[in-house]
Amino acid sequence: MNDTDIDTTASPATADPWGASTAAAGDSWLDTTALADTTAPMADEGFRLSQLWDGSLPVENWINDGLSWTVEHFRPFFQTVRAPIDTTLTGVEQLLLSVPTLAMVALMGLLAWQFAGRAIAVGTVISLLLVAMLGIWPEAMVTLSLVLTSLAFCIAIGLPLGILLASSDRTQRLMRPLLDAMQTTPAFVYLVPVVMLFGIGNVPGVIVTIVFALPPLVRLTDLGIRQVRPDLIEAARAYGASRWQMLAKVQLPLALPSIMAGINQALMLSLSMVVIASMIAVGGLGQMVLRGIGRLDMGMATVGGLGIVLLAIALDRITQALGRPGRGARHWWQQGPAGLLVRLLRASPGRPVAPPPSTAPLSTS
Amino acid sequence: MAKHISIEHVFKVFGDQPEAALKRVREGRTKQEILAETGQSIGVFDAHFQIEAGEIFVIMGLSGSGKSTLVRLLNRLIEPTAGRILIDGQNINDLSDAGLRSLRRKDISMVFQSFALMPHMTVRDNTAFGLELAGVKPAQRLAQADLALDQVGLAGWGDSYPDELSGGMQQRVGLARALASDPSILLMDEAFSALDPIIRTEMQSELVRLQQVRRRTIVFISHDLDEAMRIGDRIAIMKDGQVVQVGTPEDILRQPADDYVRNFVRGVDAAAVFKAGDIARQTQVVVAEHPNKGARAALKLLEDKDRDWAYVVSPDQRYLGLVSADSLRGALQDHEGPLGLSRAYLPDVQVVNAGHPVAELFGQAANAPYPLPVVDANGRYRGAISKNTLLKFLDRAAA
Repeated sequence: MNDTDIDTTASPATADPWGASTAAAGDSWLDTTALADTTAPMADEGFRLSQLWDGSLPVENWINDGLSWTVEHFRPFFQTVRAPIDTTLTGVEQLLLSVPTLAMVALMGLLAWQFAGRAIAVGTVISLLLVAMLGIWPEAMVTLSLVLTSLAFCIAIGLPLGILLASSDRTQRLMRPLLDAMQTTPAFVYLVPVVMLFGIGNVPGVIVTIVFALPPLVRLTDLGIRQVRPDLIEAARAYGASRWQMLAKVQLPLALPSIMAGINQALMLSLSMVVIASMIAVGGLGQMVLRGIGRLDMGMATVGGLGIVLLAIALDRITQALGRPGRGARHWWQQGPAGLLVRLLRASPGRPVAPPPSTAPLSTS
Repeated sequence: MAKHISIEHVFKVFGDQPEAALKRVREGRTKQEILAETGQSIGVFDAHFQIEAGEIFVIMGLSGSGKSTLVRLLNRLIEPTAGRILIDGQNINDLSDAGLRSLRRKDISMVFQSFALMPHMTVRDNTAFGLELAGVKPAQRLAQADLALDQVGLAGWGDSYPDELSGGMQQRVGLARALASDPSILLMDEAFSALDPIIRTEMQSELVRLQQVRRRTIVFISHDLDEAMRIGDRIAIMKDGQVVQVGTPEDILRQPADDYVRNFVRGVDAAAVFKAGDIARQTQVVVAEHPNKGARAALKLLEDKDRDWAYVVSPDQRYLGLVSADSLRGALQDHEGPLGLSRAYLPDVQVVNAGHPVAELFGQAANAPYPLPVVDANGRYRGAISKNTLLKFLDRAAA
């Protein structure tokens, strides 16, 4: 510092240069004008150590600059990422909207019956009929397509990621803070950058939903695979399983309940995200709620909210039931409506019978 | 078919500085010193022995003695730190990943203490698991699985799930899974330790029976000496990672290598270990058979020696029958000229097989008036067991 040099030359009587310099440093520290003088050019020129704790680090500016730079240079890239999501979403949405309401209700009921049992099928049909009755069927289908698309991408990303995390402690340590951030960062924070990069509409809606719904699926896949009994892993190794066989024949099947719980959680979180996503012009039930709140139209908001709840309950029960595979029949086509159909076909005389189930009844000799 | 395993100066060090531990091993330090100096724990310390093709080789030891580690070195579930393991001359440490997988799929099967059956698969699919990994077509592997299930007495249970079966039955599935690929080596890690005593004995007999049907090299880990003595052709006793003694059950009972082994075998029921052939004695009168003479000579021999019984053998030492002084006199009564011994055979003589455990002889010996004749697998006369012999044996075993 310049002050120090001046001081030492001005008072040569002071033999000890250390004492002089400390005194001078102390003085300059107290001199607030000097401090202000030095800070101003510093901020422009570069980094000063005290910025680490005095709160003057311009982090916000950096983020803004970084984002602008990314938008400027990488927008085409993000627009490309948009394409597969857009295609899937449009496809699912058109499919769901093109099926007549009652046919859709019947189809969902049959699916629920097949994979989750009769009681849940009845519940599903009732909730869907309620949705239709509330007059929000098209909105519900838009929301459903959004949720299903997000779920599809969550599974496509989350399952391999979960497997990766389970196979390496280091990856797990590195990824955990990221997953924490994805789960806890308020959605409003990344809503804006997503809009800047992807624009508005349903596709960025799907993306913010994926960000929010992905972590539990990754975590539960990781956990499920790590919790597979070590003696089973050892047995598979002892019988010569390759890594791929280990994964496909032992780890994934045994982690399935946990993975299904993850899928169930991802689904529930995507449903809870649709209202927030509606702020970036995502259609469907969420938009009804948002518009209802904006116009103080509590009726509209409530109906939209009710639709979300009904959809959520139906989807939750079905996916939960998928996580608990039953032992009643050996194959899925031996139970539920498919089983009924198979039995009907086999009972009708003169018809060639489809491949007969090879499972003999359990012999308890 | 069955394969020979050679274990040559094998060490396994658990820890991050195996080299430091091995260096001290070469300097002649003990396991405890090495643990204290380097913090490296030695699982297996200089194991060096042969496992012959087709034998049941039992590795015995208390928990923590390294026996489970040693057996896992044989199929490289655990990699050895030093030493060589040769299976029929092939050093398995040289195998590539693919070669190792192929070895595990075709040659070496393993049975686990915890059964380790896949809960999401039926019994049949579990049994076919090894074949499935080996890429055998479904129809063929399921047929082989059914065959293996039949061998262990579980035919008809293929469609059940493991958790629907009792512990003993689950381990039969574990055994069937190991047998399905018809391996030449069977590794059994405390396979029967989790079972009830009665079921355990049953499974041991089952294993011995399977071994008679088709001879394999079986490496059996156990902490139960009675089990080891019952099924083992040879036994290795381990202590703190070191193999203390290798030998037949009789060797180990007769000449324990050190105090540790002596303490170990103290509680063993000798009658369950020793076989009839081990204690049969050649002190009885033995006469050679001739078709139409010999009865008078035999009678004279018995009277001269003041004995009651004579054991008749063929010229090639095969046991033919038992005559007594009384039966000879009866047959010779009202008879002129020479007479074959066969006319004087006692009816319903109890003959004991040389492999029969001594423990099961007491009742027979008590009821028979004569010393029980003992024959080997080829029908040759090995001697006889009298009540006196048994009492002496018991006296010695208790000492």
